[in-house]
Amino acid sequence: MSDLVATRVAYGDALPEMGEKFEDLVVLDADISKAMQTGAFEKRFPDRHFDFGIAEQDMMAAAAGMAAMGKIPLVNTYAVFASLRACEQMRTFIAYPMLNVKIVVSHGGLAVGWDGVTHQGLEDMSVVRSIPNMTIVHPADATSTRKLLPQVIAHNGPVYFRLGRNPTPIIYTEHHDLQMGKAEVLADGGNVAIIACGPIVSEALKALELLRAEGIQARLVDMHAVKPLDTAAVLDAAALTGAIVTVEDNNILGGLGSAVAETLVEACPVPMRRIGVPDCFGESGDPDGLFEKYGMSAEHIAGAAKSAMAAKRK
Amino acid sequence: MECIARQIRCDIIKMVHAAGSGHLGSSLSAVEIVTALYFSVMNIDPARPDWRERDRFILSKGHACPVLYAALARRGYFPVEELATLRRINSRLQGHPDMNKTPGVDMTSGSLGNGLSCGAGMALVAKLDALPSCVYVLLGDGEIQEGIVWEAAMTAAHYKLDNLCAIIDNNGLQLDGYTSDVMDINPVADKWRAFRWNTIAVDGHDLDALVRTLELANQTKGRPTVIIADTTKGKGVSFMEDQCDWHGRCPTDEEAKQAIRESVDPSRYDTWRDQSEQAS
Repeated sequence: MSDLVATRVAYGDALPEMGEKFEDLVVLDADISKAMQTGAFEKRFPDRHFDFGIAEQDMMAAAAGMAAMGKIPLVNTYAVFASLRACEQMRTFIAYPMLNVKIVVSHGGLAVGWDGVTHQGLEDMSVVRSIPNMTIVHPADATSTRKLLPQVIAHNGPVYFRLGRNPTPIIYTEHHDLQMGKAEVLADGGNVAIIACGPIVSEALKALELLRAEGIQARLVDMHAVKPLDTAAVLDAAALTGAIVTVEDNNILGGLGSAVAETLVEACPVPMRRIGVPDCFGESGDPDGLFEKYGMSAEHIAGAAKSAMAAKRK
Repeated sequence: MECIARQIRCDIIKMVHAAGSGHLGSSLSAVEIVTALYFSVMNIDPARPDWRERDRFILSKGHACPVLYAALARRGYFPVEELATLRRINSRLQGHPDMNKTPGVDMTSGSLGNGLSCGAGMALVAKLDALPSCVYVLLGDGEIQEGIVWEAAMTAAHYKLDNLCAIIDNNGLQLDGYTSDVMDINPVADKWRAFRWNTIAVDGHDLDALVRTLELANQTKGRPTVIIADTTKGKGVSFMEDQCDWHGRCPTDEEAKQAIRESVDPSRYDTWRDQSEQAS
């Protein structure tokens, strides 16, 4: 867990190879191609790269038209712009007609840090999850980003692929065989289960250490596919541990925590705690400091785990 | 073609009357435009609605779909009798166009302003893959108040999409009243020219002029074309013409009969009505 790589960088590095592998792939940008790391693709396939200028709605609807002509467009922008500014284009012209567009977003979550509220995608997973036909994939690190990307592109239908701005720890090794939609159990433990998604999985890993120091064995599940949810993995975690904590860098309303709660309450209710942005806007600052301030650090996760454990039926 | 246009006008009135809701005025103003496209200009094959090299049509003003459905049915994409199912549960004819439900519909639409962007995306792919396809997008004049239309206008000019043709159904009315009162879009032609589009004005009810203008658009190279088609909302029905109340009103039985009488073929009206009642 020593190297730090932003998931958006891993994505950009993998794009030229994807261009070779998928000849129908086209890449769309809205003036933030540098941030989205699509430059290498553009250099390799200049004819298959289109910049729409600062016009996300136009880009999103044009992607629908391109998909209707048989292409696989990768729409690139920040989470907040894709999910909110161009939300209706995504809903009505991509999700509803089930067009094969991949919406790739960077700057998911409070971990964006310094840019502040306007550029922090804090509600995007909640918004996108409520749209039928959408698949949401939120990889935890650079390695899983690279492994999931070709599966996202090969998937027939719209996908929201959520990436992070800042360098974050590498969690997976090359030998991990990740399958899109199937949760990955990163640690086995019987006292409590932590279900997390995105780069904040690394905070959950730190929480695991804190808990271990207190003699608590926690199960850690990387739920990279927030929708459709791997409900079997959720129910397994509940049955094996009897206490659940969800961890996500998104508003706690409507995202991973809600998805897990909905599953549990219908099939296997157990004590549960949710870690995420506590239904408020963020602010500028360094990501670690923000996680600390907004209750999303490893210490908070460990505390939530103990709280959930304490609420188990005696 | 005039005969077909009359038939389509008649179909529209029958459909909306049978459905109990729908957008009559907006559909009637676009009859000649859609007829010129589907019965003369567009390179299409109703037997192969998914043929890759075909021309595309996007009804960006999707609420006018009765005119599109009537044209598609009359062109042979699906049975004319199916028009009676407009807006009913389980119908292939949704209240706004659905590309997955209705044979011949090239793009889902109805949320205003978005069709031109979708069309630009299609035209970009046609260029990329060297397809002969032209993409036609029909917009309402009120619709161009939407900001995304001008984002798409920039995109199409920037990428020199001469295989893209926008047509503005310039009937001067929108839901809340005269476009000039609600939010004036004038000078329309100057705006498109400023966005570097080839801009042509035409009488939107003159079939020959429409066909000529659309073919002229095809021949223009290096930039997209917009055809500003001057039309009358509710065209062909005396009491609907230029009345914004008829944007989305359903006619009573008497009004429908009168409207049909003014269009064509009143004799078939009762038969068709009986069929639609049986269907419901």
